[in-house]
Amino acid sequence: MASIKDHKSHELGLHQEVLTGRTQQVFFNPEEVENFYYYDSYDVDFNKRTTIDVTKLDCVAVNKKIKDLMKKGYGTIVLKNPGAKHSLGVGILNKLNLIIEGSLGYFGVGSIDGPVVRISGRVGWSCAENMMAGKVVIEKNAGSCFGAAIRGGDLICKGSVGARSGIDMKGGTIIVGGNAGAFTGFMMQRGRIIILGDVGPNLGDSLYDGTIFVGGKIGSLGADAVEAEMTDLDRFWLKRKLKVAEINKKVDYSKITKIVSGKKLWNYDNLEPTERKGAI
Amino acid sequence: MCGIAGLIHRGKSTNVGGEMQNMLQSLKHRGPDSTGYALYGDGSSNNYILRFKVGENVKEGSSAQIEDPSVYEKRVAQVNSEIISAGATIVKEEKATPYSFRYVLKCDDDLLELAKKIESVEMTEILSLGKSLELVKDIGDASVVADQYGLNNFSGTHGIGHTRMATESGVDIRSAHPFWGYPFSDVSVVHNGQLTNYWNTRRKLEKLGMRFMSTCDSELIAVYLADKIRKGVDLNEAMHSSLNDLDGVFTYLVATKDKLGMAKDYMAAKPMVLYESDELVALASEEVAIRTLLPHEIDTHDPYEGEVKVWQA
Repeated sequence: MASIKDHKSHELGLHQEVLTGRTQQVFFNPEEVENFYYYDSYDVDFNKRTTIDVTKLDCVAVNKKIKDLMKKGYGTIVLKNPGAKHSLGVGILNKLNLIIEGSLGYFGVGSIDGPVVRISGRVGWSCAENMMAGKVVIEKNAGSCFGAAIRGGDLICKGSVGARSGIDMKGGTIIVGGNAGAFTGFMMQRGRIIILGDVGPNLGDSLYDGTIFVGGKIGSLGADAVEAEMTDLDRFWLKRKLKVAEINKKVDYSKITKIVSGKKLWNYDNLEPTERKGAI
Repeated sequence: MCGIAGLIHRGKSTNVGGEMQNMLQSLKHRGPDSTGYALYGDGSSNNYILRFKVGENVKEGSSAQIEDPSVYEKRVAQVNSEIISAGATIVKEEKATPYSFRYVLKCDDDLLELAKKIESVEMTEILSLGKSLELVKDIGDASVVADQYGLNNFSGTHGIGHTRMATESGVDIRSAHPFWGYPFSDVSVVHNGQLTNYWNTRRKLEKLGMRFMSTCDSELIAVYLADKIRKGVDLNEAMHSSLNDLDGVFTYLVATKDKLGMAKDYMAAKPMVLYESDELVALASEEVAIRTLLPHEIDTHDPYEGEVKVWQA
């Protein structure tokens, strides 16, 4: 097996479509560096560590405190007693080690770009929604809409997750050590989801692109989700990714099912109406 | 949005009123319009507890009218005479608010006839009638309602409750949850979600003689389950069939004199967090509510789509 770096993103399951059209990506010009300012980005030192006790604070106060500490150069912040409060650790657009000792409520660590987050407890609905980059590791279970609309990064739950995990996902990787609920990968547009346990009904419903790997039983496939053949490259990538994700579960790679888009829904406009109807 | 919560202690009574108040107060942001409690005492007495109202408390969007409190006394007198004419005896009378009352009754088990007679009085609605259930609901948050009705020290085994954000009908008591499973003693329901086949199913149930007191879609679940129970269907089975017969997105809790149940629709679109131990089962729309009972790290999970669970007290 050649180095994984030699393969293009579409070969690694991030998407199937090979994009040939005009790109909308704006390339960075080093000569204009002074015109680029990344809002709320600070130089932090990972060895500079501090703790916040969340017991008597609301989410606004906690999130402000995190920002103030990053401004002062703290690179490792520990949140104690989060008490399942909502919206903790959101909007961190910086490199940071965020350690959460306990559980989060809804919308925890949403809209982050860069930090490495470790959560010793459980997370509620919509954890890491709109995540751009970074890594989030959750030791216990997660609620529904896990990793909704993430664009990048690695989002890992060692326990089980609720319904609609990876809904509207646009990139990145979601890894679940346990089971997942109904409509996993609903309207997913890019990226990869790995579920090592069982998955509920309507897996990958209205999937546009991206790849879903399932280690256990599948309740049912959603509209336009189809099974694809596992390749050596898939197995190679999965093995590497699970190691990076710190999932210590023994995985039988021969039993993993790969799900991709059948590309027969209305948005793929080269189909006859009868074919379209069949897909729905 | 609405918030729902429930808890059941296995084999012991506690201050379930105070516990439910704390849980519901922490869910106030999910539903600030009204709060309701269905609390279950030990049920050791042979007497029935009747909770009823003879008028409305009204805010935005309600078609009900605020009346002069003088009419309440006349209605209560009529209710008293209807109770006596049904062969029941009033053992104790308590007035919680000018429009809301708690009676202890001695009566036989023909609750349907008694309920019909009481509700024949204008603007009168039975909130609950049972040996262990006490159902209280009013406009305001959990603390306001608990203080108003003296629920802070209610001893019992289990309870369910609701904080309501009025979306489908106005802000008044008749649309507030929980709903009593008329005419079955000790059955109550709270719900978070929307039912899309409300009118069709309601018409079917009305043809079968079932009674509706509001246009709130959540009442349909209570009436649906009551209809199943009167046909001799087991609670667990009735809840399973509700997943197929009711359309929409919903999570609901149902309680009987010794059981607590939950059901989640096939889309799993409405939240529920569950904590289970040997001593206690607690469920709520958000974990923060469970943390008011157990203020330390606990293991919880979201029940899955199409899941029905029933626990015994």
